[in-house]
Amino acid sequence: MRNFWSILIAYLAAWAIFFGYYVSVGRRLTRLEADFRRLKQRAGRD
Amino acid sequence: MKPSGRAWQLTAIATAIVTALGGYAIFFVAPREETMGQIQRIFYFHAGTGICAYLGFFVSFLASIGYLASRQSEWDWMAVATAEVGLAFNTVVLVTGPIWAKPVWGIWWTWDARLTLDFILELLYIAYLLLRTMVAEPERRALVSGVFGIFAFLDVPLSYFSIRWWRTEHPQPVIGGGPGTGMAPMMWYVFLFTGIGLLALMAILSRERYRLEALRHEFAELAAGAEDEPEPVETKGLSR
Repeated sequence: MRNFWSILIAYLAAWAIFFGYYVSVGRRLTRLEADFRRLKQRAGRD
Repeated sequence: MKPSGRAWQLTAIATAIVTALGGYAIFFVAPREETMGQIQRIFYFHAGTGICAYLGFFVSFLASIGYLASRQSEWDWMAVATAEVGLAFNTVVLVTGPIWAKPVWGIWWTWDARLTLDFILELLYIAYLLLRTMVAEPERRALVSGVFGIFAFLDVPLSYFSIRWWRTEHPQPVIGGGPGTGMAPMMWYVFLFTGIGLLALMAILSRERYRLEALRHEFAELAAGAEDEPEPVETKGLSR
Protein backbone atom coordinates (compact mmCIF):
# COMPACT_ATOMS: atom_id res chain seq x y z
CA MET A 1 0.00 0.00 0.00
CA ARG A 2 1.80 3.06 -1.32
CA ASN A 3 2.03 5.99 1.12
CA PHE A 4 0.49 3.85 3.84
CA TRP A 5 3.16 4.94 6.32
CA SER A 6 2.56 8.63 5.58
CA ILE A 7 -1.16 8.23 6.32
CA LEU A 8 -0.47 6.21 9.45
CA ILE A 9 2.10 8.73 10.74
CA ALA A 10 -0.31 11.63 10.08
CA TYR A 11 -3.15 9.78 11.83
CA LEU A 12 -1.01 8.86 14.84
CA ALA A 13 0.44 12.39 15.02
CA ALA A 14 -3.09 13.82 15.10
CA TRP A 15 -4.07 11.54 17.98
CA ALA A 16 -0.80 12.20 19.81
CA ILE A 17 -1.59 15.95 19.75
CA PHE A 18 -5.18 15.40 20.94
CA PHE A 19 -4.03 13.01 23.66
CA GLY A 20 -1.18 15.33 24.70
CA TYR A 21 -3.58 18.23 24.98
CA TYR A 22 -6.07 16.18 27.01
CA VAL A 23 -3.28 15.12 29.40
CA SER A 24 -2.14 18.75 29.68
CA VAL A 25 -5.64 19.91 30.70
CA GLY A 26 -5.98 16.95 33.08
CA ARG A 27 -2.65 17.72 34.77
CA ARG A 28 -3.57 21.38 35.20
CA LEU A 29 -6.91 20.35 36.73
CA THR A 30 -5.24 17.89 39.11
CA ARG A 31 -2.70 20.51 40.22
CA LEU A 32 -5.43 23.06 40.82
CA GLU A 33 -7.53 20.59 42.81
CA ALA A 34 -4.46 19.87 44.97
CA ASP A 35 -4.02 23.63 45.52
CA PHE A 36 -7.68 23.79 46.52
CA ARG A 37 -7.25 21.04 49.09
CA ARG A 38 -4.15 22.72 50.58
CA LEU A 39 -5.93 26.06 50.79
CA LYS A 40 -8.94 24.51 52.51
CA GLN A 41 -6.72 22.60 54.93
CA ARG A 42 -4.87 25.78 55.87
CA ALA A 43 -8.12 27.65 56.28
CA GLY A 44 -9.28 24.84 58.59
CA ARG A 45 -6.09 25.04 60.66
CA ASP A 46 -6.37 28.81 61.10
CA MET B 1 -30.27 22.01 31.53
CA LYS B 2 -26.73 21.20 32.59
CA PRO B 3 -25.54 17.76 31.47
CA SER B 4 -24.55 15.53 34.38
CA GLY B 5 -21.14 13.91 34.82
CA ARG B 6 -22.65 10.57 33.78
CA ALA B 7 -24.00 12.11 30.56
CA TRP B 8 -20.49 13.35 29.78
CA GLN B 9 -19.01 9.93 30.55
CA LEU B 10 -21.46 8.36 28.10
CA THR B 11 -20.59 11.06 25.55
CA ALA B 12 -16.89 10.26 26.01
CA ILE B 13 -17.51 6.53 25.50
CA ALA B 14 -19.66 7.20 22.42
CA THR B 15 -16.96 9.54 21.06
CA ALA B 16 -14.26 6.90 21.56
CA ILE B 17 -16.38 4.35 19.66
CA VAL B 18 -17.23 6.76 16.82
CA THR B 19 -13.61 7.92 16.41
CA ALA B 20 -12.33 4.32 16.45
CA LEU B 21 -14.87 3.34 13.78
CA GLY B 22 -14.01 6.54 11.90
CA GLY B 23 -10.34 5.51 11.90
CA TYR B 24 -11.30 2.10 10.52
CA ALA B 25 -13.46 3.75 7.83
CA ILE B 26 -10.64 6.09 6.78
CA PHE B 27 -8.19 3.23 6.23
CA PHE B 28 -10.44 0.40 5.05
CA VAL B 29 -13.87 1.68 3.93
CA ALA B 30 -13.22 4.94 2.04
CA PRO B 31 -12.54 4.31 -1.66
CA ARG B 32 -9.15 5.03 -3.17
CA GLU B 33 -9.06 8.47 -4.80
CA GLU B 34 -8.06 8.36 -8.49
CA THR B 35 -5.63 11.29 -8.76
CA MET B 36 -3.75 11.26 -5.45
CA GLY B 37 -4.13 7.62 -4.52
CA GLN B 38 -3.98 6.41 -0.93
CA ILE B 39 -2.43 9.59 0.49
CA GLN B 40 -5.77 11.36 -0.10
CA ARG B 41 -7.10 9.50 2.98
CA ILE B 42 -5.39 12.16 5.13
CA PHE B 43 -8.13 14.50 3.87
CA TYR B 44 -10.74 12.87 6.15
CA PHE B 45 -9.05 13.96 9.36
CA HIS B 46 -7.03 16.92 8.00
CA ALA B 47 -10.08 18.77 6.61
CA GLY B 48 -12.37 17.63 9.45
CA THR B 49 -9.90 18.90 12.04
CA GLY B 50 -9.56 22.18 10.14
CA ILE B 51 -13.33 22.75 10.21
CA CYS B 52 -13.34 22.02 13.96
CA ALA B 53 -10.48 24.51 14.50
CA TYR B 54 -12.43 27.21 12.63
CA LEU B 55 -15.50 26.36 14.70
CA GLY B 56 -13.53 26.62 17.95
CA PHE B 57 -12.20 30.04 16.95
CA PHE B 58 -15.71 31.11 15.92
CA VAL B 59 -17.17 30.16 19.30
CA SER B 60 -14.26 31.97 20.98
CA PHE B 61 -15.06 35.02 18.84
CA LEU B 62 -18.75 34.94 19.85
CA ALA B 63 -17.80 34.43 23.52
CA SER B 64 -15.40 37.39 23.32
CA ILE B 65 -18.24 39.56 22.02
CA GLY B 66 -20.45 38.10 24.76
CA TYR B 67 -17.93 39.12 27.42
CA LEU B 68 -17.45 42.64 26.07
CA ALA B 69 -21.22 43.11 25.92
CA SER B 70 -22.09 41.64 29.32
CA ARG B 71 -18.81 41.58 31.35
CA GLN B 72 -19.79 38.17 32.69
CA SER B 73 -16.77 35.96 33.43
CA GLU B 74 -18.43 32.82 32.01
CA TRP B 75 -18.07 34.26 28.50
CA ASP B 76 -14.37 34.81 29.06
CA TRP B 77 -13.93 31.22 30.28
CA MET B 78 -15.70 29.96 27.18
CA ALA B 79 -13.57 32.21 24.94
CA VAL B 80 -10.27 30.93 26.31
CA ALA B 81 -11.45 27.28 26.44
CA THR B 82 -12.56 27.19 22.80
CA ALA B 83 -9.56 29.24 21.61
CA GLU B 84 -7.14 26.79 23.22
CA VAL B 85 -8.99 23.73 21.88
CA GLY B 86 -9.19 25.39 18.45
CA LEU B 87 -5.44 25.91 18.63
CA ALA B 88 -4.87 22.21 19.38
CA PHE B 89 -7.01 21.29 16.35
CA ASN B 90 -5.24 23.82 14.15
CA THR B 91 -1.89 22.33 15.23
CA VAL B 92 -3.12 18.97 13.92
CA VAL B 93 -3.97 20.68 10.61
CA LEU B 94 -0.47 22.18 10.38
CA VAL B 95 1.19 18.84 11.19
CA THR B 96 -0.89 16.58 8.92
CA GLY B 97 -0.88 19.00 5.96
CA PRO B 98 2.87 18.73 5.27
CA ILE B 99 2.73 14.92 5.63
CA TRP B 100 0.19 14.97 2.78
CA ALA B 101 2.12 17.62 0.82
CA LYS B 102 5.48 15.85 0.67
CA PRO B 103 4.40 12.88 -1.51
CA VAL B 104 1.95 14.99 -3.57
CA TRP B 105 3.90 18.25 -4.10
CA GLY B 106 7.42 16.96 -3.43
CA ILE B 107 7.89 19.60 -0.72
CA TRP B 108 6.76 19.81 2.90
CA TRP B 109 5.68 23.43 2.84
CA THR B 110 5.10 26.41 0.59
CA TRP B 111 4.08 29.94 1.51
CA ASP B 112 0.85 29.99 -0.48
CA ALA B 113 -2.18 31.96 0.72
CA ARG B 114 -3.99 29.15 2.58
CA LEU B 115 -0.93 27.75 4.30
CA THR B 116 0.41 31.17 5.26
CA LEU B 117 -2.94 32.40 6.61
CA ASP B 118 -3.40 29.20 8.59
CA PHE B 119 0.10 29.53 10.02
CA ILE B 120 -0.68 33.15 10.98
CA LEU B 121 -3.88 31.87 12.62
CA GLU B 122 -1.77 29.53 14.77
CA LEU B 123 0.53 32.40 15.77
CA LEU B 124 -2.41 34.70 16.55
CA TYR B 125 -3.99 32.23 18.97
CA ILE B 126 -0.63 31.44 20.59
CA ALA B 127 -0.32 35.22 21.08
CA TYR B 128 -3.87 35.25 22.52
CA LEU B 129 -2.92 32.66 25.14
CA LEU B 130 0.40 34.38 25.90
CA LEU B 131 -1.39 37.70 26.30
CA ARG B 132 -3.58 36.18 29.01
CA THR B 133 -0.53 35.20 31.04
CA MET B 134 0.73 38.78 30.97
CA VAL B 135 -2.29 40.46 32.58
CA ALA B 136 -2.75 39.58 36.24
CA GLU B 137 -6.01 41.37 37.01
CA PRO B 138 -8.93 39.11 35.93
CA GLU B 139 -11.32 41.78 34.60
CA ARG B 140 -8.57 43.53 32.68
CA ARG B 141 -7.29 40.20 31.35
CA ALA B 142 -10.76 39.27 30.12
CA LEU B 143 -11.21 42.69 28.52
CA VAL B 144 -7.85 42.73 26.72
CA SER B 145 -8.11 39.14 25.53
CA GLY B 146 -11.74 39.71 24.48
CA VAL B 147 -10.64 42.52 22.16
CA PHE B 148 -7.69 40.46 20.90
CA GLY B 149 -9.95 37.42 20.43
CA ILE B 150 -12.18 39.40 18.08
CA PHE B 151 -9.15 40.71 16.18
CA ALA B 152 -7.56 37.24 15.89
CA PHE B 153 -10.75 35.75 14.44
CA LEU B 154 -10.54 38.09 11.43
CA ASP B 155 -7.94 35.70 9.99
CA VAL B 156 -10.42 32.78 9.96
CA PRO B 157 -12.62 33.99 7.04
CA LEU B 158 -9.46 35.04 5.17
CA SER B 159 -8.00 31.57 5.63
CA TYR B 160 -11.28 29.84 4.75
CA PHE B 161 -11.93 31.83 1.56
CA SER B 162 -8.28 32.00 0.46
CA ILE B 163 -8.64 28.89 -1.73
CA ARG B 164 -11.72 30.44 -3.36
CA TRP B 165 -10.32 33.93 -3.83
CA TRP B 166 -6.82 33.09 -5.01
CA ARG B 167 -5.13 30.36 -7.02
CA THR B 168 -3.23 28.41 -4.41
CA GLU B 169 -1.02 25.35 -4.24
CA HIS B 170 -3.49 24.06 -1.67
CA PRO B 171 -6.24 21.99 -3.35
CA GLN B 172 -9.36 23.90 -4.35
CA PRO B 173 -12.47 23.40 -2.18
CA VAL B 174 -14.07 19.97 -2.31
CA ILE B 175 -17.09 20.99 -0.26
CA GLY B 176 -19.17 23.71 -1.93
CA GLY B 177 -16.49 24.28 -4.53
CA GLY B 178 -18.88 24.58 -7.47
CA PRO B 179 -19.25 22.47 -10.63
CA GLY B 180 -16.76 19.65 -11.08
CA THR B 181 -15.99 19.38 -7.39
CA GLY B 182 -17.34 17.06 -4.72
CA MET B 183 -16.87 13.53 -3.49
CA ALA B 184 -18.22 10.05 -4.11
CA PRO B 185 -21.11 9.17 -1.74
CA MET B 186 -18.99 6.73 0.29
CA MET B 187 -16.29 9.41 0.72
CA TRP B 188 -18.98 11.77 2.03
CA TYR B 189 -20.20 9.18 4.55
CA VAL B 190 -16.67 8.58 5.86
CA PHE B 191 -16.00 12.32 6.01
CA LEU B 192 -19.24 13.05 7.89
CA PHE B 193 -18.79 10.12 10.26
CA THR B 194 -15.20 11.18 11.05
CA GLY B 195 -16.39 14.77 11.41
CA ILE B 196 -19.03 13.81 13.99
CA GLY B 197 -16.34 12.07 16.05
CA LEU B 198 -14.03 15.08 15.85
CA LEU B 199 -16.83 17.48 16.82
CA ALA B 200 -17.71 15.33 19.83
CA LEU B 201 -14.03 15.23 20.82
CA MET B 202 -13.91 18.99 20.51
CA ALA B 203 -16.96 19.37 22.76
CA ILE B 204 -15.39 17.12 25.42
CA LEU B 205 -12.04 18.94 25.36
CA SER B 206 -13.76 22.35 25.46
CA ARG B 207 -15.89 21.28 28.40
CA GLU B 208 -12.82 20.09 30.35
CA ARG B 209 -10.91 23.28 29.56
CA TYR B 210 -13.93 25.38 30.60
CA ARG B 211 -14.10 23.45 33.89
CA LEU B 212 -10.44 24.26 34.49
CA GLU B 213 -11.05 27.97 33.95
CA ALA B 214 -14.10 27.98 36.22
CA LEU B 215 -12.13 26.19 38.94
CA ARG B 216 -9.30 28.73 38.63
CA HIS B 217 -11.79 31.52 39.16
CA GLU B 218 -13.21 29.75 42.22
CA PHE B 219 -9.72 29.18 43.59
CA ALA B 220 -8.73 32.81 43.10
CA GLU B 221 -11.86 33.96 44.96
CA LEU B 222 -11.23 31.50 47.79
CA ALA B 223 -7.58 32.54 48.04
CA ALA B 224 -8.53 36.21 48.09
CA GLY B 225 -11.10 35.54 50.80
CA ALA B 226 -8.68 33.61 53.00
CA GLU B 227 -6.86 35.57 55.69
CA ASP B 228 -3.46 34.16 54.73
CA GLU B 229 -2.26 34.42 51.19
CA PRO B 230 -1.53 31.07 49.50
CA GLU B 231 2.11 30.09 49.34
CA PRO B 232 3.60 31.26 46.03
CA VAL B 233 4.83 27.75 45.20
CA GLU B 234 1.25 26.48 45.22
CA THR B 235 -0.14 28.91 42.69
CA LYS B 236 3.01 29.06 40.58
CA GLY B 237 2.65 27.45 37.20
CA LEU B 238 -1.09 28.06 36.93
CA SER B 239 -0.94 29.56 33.48
CA ARG B 240 -3.99 31.59 32.54
